[in-house]
Amino acid sequence: MSESSVEITYREAVREAIREALLSDDRVFLMGEDVGHYGGCFAVTKGLLAEFGPERIRDTPLSELAFVGAGIGAALGGLRPIVEIMTVNFSLLALDPILNTAATLCHMSGGQFSVPLVIRMATGGGKQLAAQHSHSLEGWFAHIPGLVILVPATLDDARGMLGWALMRPDPVLIFENQTLYNRKGHLLAERDSNPLQARVRRAGSDLTLLTYGACLYKALDAADELATSGIDVEVIDLRSLRPLDEQTIIQSVMRTHRVLIVDEGWRSGGFSAELIARIMERAFFELDAPVQRICSAEVPLPYAAHLEQAALPQVAKIVSIAREMVGNHG
Amino acid sequence: MSGVSMTSESTLPPPQVSRDLLRQMLRVRRFEEECVPQYQAGKIRGFLHLYIGEEAIAAGVISRLEPEDSVVGTYREHGHALVRGVSAKAIMAEMFGKQEGCARGRGGSMHLFDAAKRFYGGNAIVGGGIPLAVGLALADKLLRRRAVAVCFFGEGAVAEGAFHESLNLAALWQLPVLFVCENNHYAMGTPERIELAGRGVSAKAEVHGVRARTVDGMDVAAVWGAAGEALAEARSGQPTLLECSTYRFRAHSMFDAELYRKREEVRSWEERDPVRTFAERLMAAGVLTPSEWGLWEQEVAAELAAAVAYADAGTIEPVEDLQRFVYAEETAG
Repeated sequence: MSESSVEITYREAVREAIREALLSDDRVFLMGEDVGHYGGCFAVTKGLLAEFGPERIRDTPLSELAFVGAGIGAALGGLRPIVEIMTVNFSLLALDPILNTAATLCHMSGGQFSVPLVIRMATGGGKQLAAQHSHSLEGWFAHIPGLVILVPATLDDARGMLGWALMRPDPVLIFENQTLYNRKGHLLAERDSNPLQARVRRAGSDLTLLTYGACLYKALDAADELATSGIDVEVIDLRSLRPLDEQTIIQSVMRTHRVLIVDEGWRSGGFSAELIARIMERAFFELDAPVQRICSAEVPLPYAAHLEQAALPQVAKIVSIAREMVGNHG
Repeated sequence: MSGVSMTSESTLPPPQVSRDLLRQMLRVRRFEEECVPQYQAGKIRGFLHLYIGEEAIAAGVISRLEPEDSVVGTYREHGHALVRGVSAKAIMAEMFGKQEGCARGRGGSMHLFDAAKRFYGGNAIVGGGIPLAVGLALADKLLRRRAVAVCFFGEGAVAEGAFHESLNLAALWQLPVLFVCENNHYAMGTPERIELAGRGVSAKAEVHGVRARTVDGMDVAAVWGAAGEALAEARSGQPTLLECSTYRFRAHSMFDAELYRKREEVRSWEERDPVRTFAERLMAAGVLTPSEWGLWEQEVAAELAAAVAYADAGTIEPVEDLQRFVYAEETAG
């Protein structure tokens, strides 16, 4: 696939996706805290108010419960809202409308109502924002039937997933890891038309690293390092946590027979546990080693840089566990 | 419990309107009464919340609406659904858990829905419907429809953050929404005096920049009159609240021993029964005759018998369909 010659950031890719959506469909509008005059907490929406005006770029009061609920109502009323929640921790103030209304309405009404709502939010640690701005709760939201959970790791997904989500009749939550906003790269000319499909970001034969979001880059770095000692690692970017593309995962297990999961969420009851269970259910006899996982330490994320980094999955740990799993201690 | 004292005589709506209001209230009353034996027979299960005593509000407000307006109710919403035009058959079948029900039997008593009537439920999270109505009104405004979103809730919801956040948003954005507080003075078993501080529901609305009216919710003529004014304001883009003082004659749900209120208090409110008092008023005014009333009773009884028969004869959804509608089945658009 051909790449654009223009280098852009992940932040700009998200902005471009929002612009495209606003330009292509009059029913689309954006609302959230500080998306307009301020330009977005992470500067994602900078300039959009001037371009599209206050009716379509709506600054909301600090009322997550009300503006997410209103997003659901606006979707029911025929609009295609993009609701921005500043960080994943704040989304808990809107968990009621997300779970009790957006995720249930279609089923509870016998299919009469669907909720074509897109909610974007920043997630993840690594910016020293401490224990109320840094968690990775996307795996939690993936527990809820009725939602679609997308985790764009690449610039192409940052641009491509939003437009796809707006075409869906169901509520879609998009989690943008905040460490990715400054990431630079080139967009591919072609669009990936199916965000629900996991992608093999690096092919390999000795071990599968199963990951998503910002941990993708740690997994890729670890794979490079492991390659220097002859370990051929496959890296899979899940992209969608719900629905989960089991087929791509199982096919990889059948190639490599070893799986190491890298998940920024917590371990106990976390999404990594779900991945392990699916592999056990469908590919137990393909495994040459127990599935392993690297998750965030089970602490509220601390502020101090060294402690925060110690809490998050890191390349060195991926490398060391991968070596143990393939019986090669370098 | 003081509530709103008997108001001076409200203006009687035009004769045909008055008759329609009374007939709607009668339908709701008899429907709710019919639910009791159906529940006792085990045909209706789950939570069942009856609207008996509060009929004047649904009748007085919803009969004022246009087809393009939307309605958001609470878990005590049978009456709202009926007045909005959801058939007694579809509601009864829903409560019987049959797929001929207005939500295919997936919602039950607390989750009645009807897309064609723009009836958005049936919400069992107290206050949960309020932001939804604000969003529906936002869509009406941005799509340049002359529609209003009407949201019903009890005074218990006024203690929820959803109420305050939603009124603030509606006022900031000048949305065409009518908030109807059915103040029956108890949040389940908790009396208003120990759940709401300050000067009451309407005062709280005014603080958020939402104009509020307080009306005797036991007087359908008063509700109808106030709803007309409130809806005209809402339709012009001024969000408005209508607080209707009312009383629930029956228990909160079928699991309520009513330990929190005295029988005398219930009786004193029953003296102001909105159905009976309005029937007497219309007869005294010569708008209705006793024989017409008797005929209505027969017609409503026949409607309800047909609804029960329809629900009894209804079919259950195949278990194979369990996972349908978790996601929408129509193609994206």
